[in-house]
Amino acid sequence: MALLGRTPVAPLEYSRTLWMRLWVGAVMIFLYAPLIVLMIFSFNDSKRNVVWRGFTTKYYEKAMANDALVEALVNSLTIAALATIASLVLGAVAAVMLWRFRFPLKGAVDGTISLPIIVPEICLGVAFLMFFAAVDWPTDLAWPFNLGAITIAHITFCFPFVTMVVRSRLASFNREQEEAAKDLGATEWQVFRDVLIPHIKPALVAGALLSFTLSLDDFVITYFTSGPDTITFPVKVYSMVRFSVTPEVNAASTLLIILTVVLTFIALKLQGVKAIAETH
Amino acid sequence: MAEQDWKASKTSFAAVSVPTLLWVVIFFIVPMAIVWLYSFGENRGLTEIAISGTLDNYKRATEWLYLTIFGKSFAVAALVTLICLIVGFSVAMAITFASEKWRPWLLLGIMLPFWTNLLIRTYALMMLLGTQGFANKGLGALWEGTSWIKTLVGLQPLPTWEPVQLLFNNFAVVFGLVYVHLPFMVLPLYAALDRLDRSLIEASLDLGAGHFRTIMRIVVPLAAPGIVAGVMITLIPALGAYLTPDLMGGTDSQMIANVIERQFKKANDWPFGAALSFLLIYAMFALIAIQSMRRKVPEVH
Repeated sequence: MALLGRTPVAPLEYSRTLWMRLWVGAVMIFLYAPLIVLMIFSFNDSKRNVVWRGFTTKYYEKAMANDALVEALVNSLTIAALATIASLVLGAVAAVMLWRFRFPLKGAVDGTISLPIIVPEICLGVAFLMFFAAVDWPTDLAWPFNLGAITIAHITFCFPFVTMVVRSRLASFNREQEEAAKDLGATEWQVFRDVLIPHIKPALVAGALLSFTLSLDDFVITYFTSGPDTITFPVKVYSMVRFSVTPEVNAASTLLIILTVVLTFIALKLQGVKAIAETH
Repeated sequence: MAEQDWKASKTSFAAVSVPTLLWVVIFFIVPMAIVWLYSFGENRGLTEIAISGTLDNYKRATEWLYLTIFGKSFAVAALVTLICLIVGFSVAMAITFASEKWRPWLLLGIMLPFWTNLLIRTYALMMLLGTQGFANKGLGALWEGTSWIKTLVGLQPLPTWEPVQLLFNNFAVVFGLVYVHLPFMVLPLYAALDRLDRSLIEASLDLGAGHFRTIMRIVVPLAAPGIVAGVMITLIPALGAYLTPDLMGGTDSQMIANVIERQFKKANDWPFGAALSFLLIYAMFALIAIQSMRRKVPEVH
């Protein structure tokens, strides 16, 4: 499409006016320029992120050879995978509970389940710090078990998002299908497994991707629950950024950005842009 | 078929409600209750905290120093929300009225940063805004250019360019928060504008109202639920923001979350930190209450 179309601009074609295009373009540059510069400079052959001194991949090698960084990335991915699985189960079950049943104090339960979305991250982080200190949560467990505290914290703030997505999908469920299945002799469990689960599958996919990204992204809550042996990727990057800005951070960040882009595209393939936009 | 009463099938209800309720109670309500209880406690010795029912922590939170930090956090969050609303509304309008071909790509363009790690985005912005960064170089080039043009027309050249401090001050905090939260605002606005009945806008334009007037009188009132959702979705995280003020702010641009963090990581005053946390939570509740009150006001037709 040419920058200025030949046909006259209709009144509602706001996005065809030149100034509107420039404005949207400027906003996009604002959103992307920092990320693109970061990615370009991860290939820069200089210790400082200032002047371009030639192409190199040595900072990727360095980042890969940095055991602490790799360990943090492995921790993050493990936590994200565990938290996603648990959030899916818990979120789906909670959604079914709220959709299917009428019970006393339903409004209060409903509100409480979505509270972790609203409560500021810092307060949730503080709460988990105090909670794990108060119950004397063991900190010297072997790997993956030492990630338990962080994973629990992540599940608590991820599963309400799954509940939200699954619930909006359940609203379009035709309950007659359920009755038909029951008439044909299906048990409650069979109805759940063979009728309800297939219906909410798209929401489960969306919820899984949402949980995975939220968990991978989280810094504040993890910062309060992680110990010296349980550093996650964002916590590691934070300490690197605090103390020195090196191209190694750029390289590691670039890898994570690429992972995010890949995940987003998988989500798009499965869901379509509009469906994803509506889950937010 | 309406909702089923829980007594009608107790086993199924137990199967879905027990895991949910147990999790929420043990890993959400109990931790929150601990914070709430500790906020009435005091430090006794190095690690011991006695819950004595004292209100001293809350009294301390009303000291001038902390009140100004609360006030400042609100002001910063409100300013960030306002900027995001103005920028986000225009972008959402552009996406809504874009051609079928472009719309998904524009949406994707807004969503990708939304999914990208917050820390990485903040770090990327810091790189760009540093005294040696591109933003400063760009401004420097503009300055030199102006200076050159001035000499060209026979005026005194401008003094030599000094890099401006774009990082580690209040400007950086607002800029960083806008950068981080803009996608939060655009998506709900787009969702609301997309549902709009376009013939109403056309009617308004046909009847002689200008574009600006149509937007203010027709589009904004109709998209009000989306605007409120966008404002809340931006305002709440901006108010509790920790990372951006911590990394991009200066010594005088701390927000409330940074003060809370310090009580736990450095000052080791857990009861006071707990009290501040709960004050922040009460502030959120107040915001949500105001929003739901607004919803109950009957709409003027």
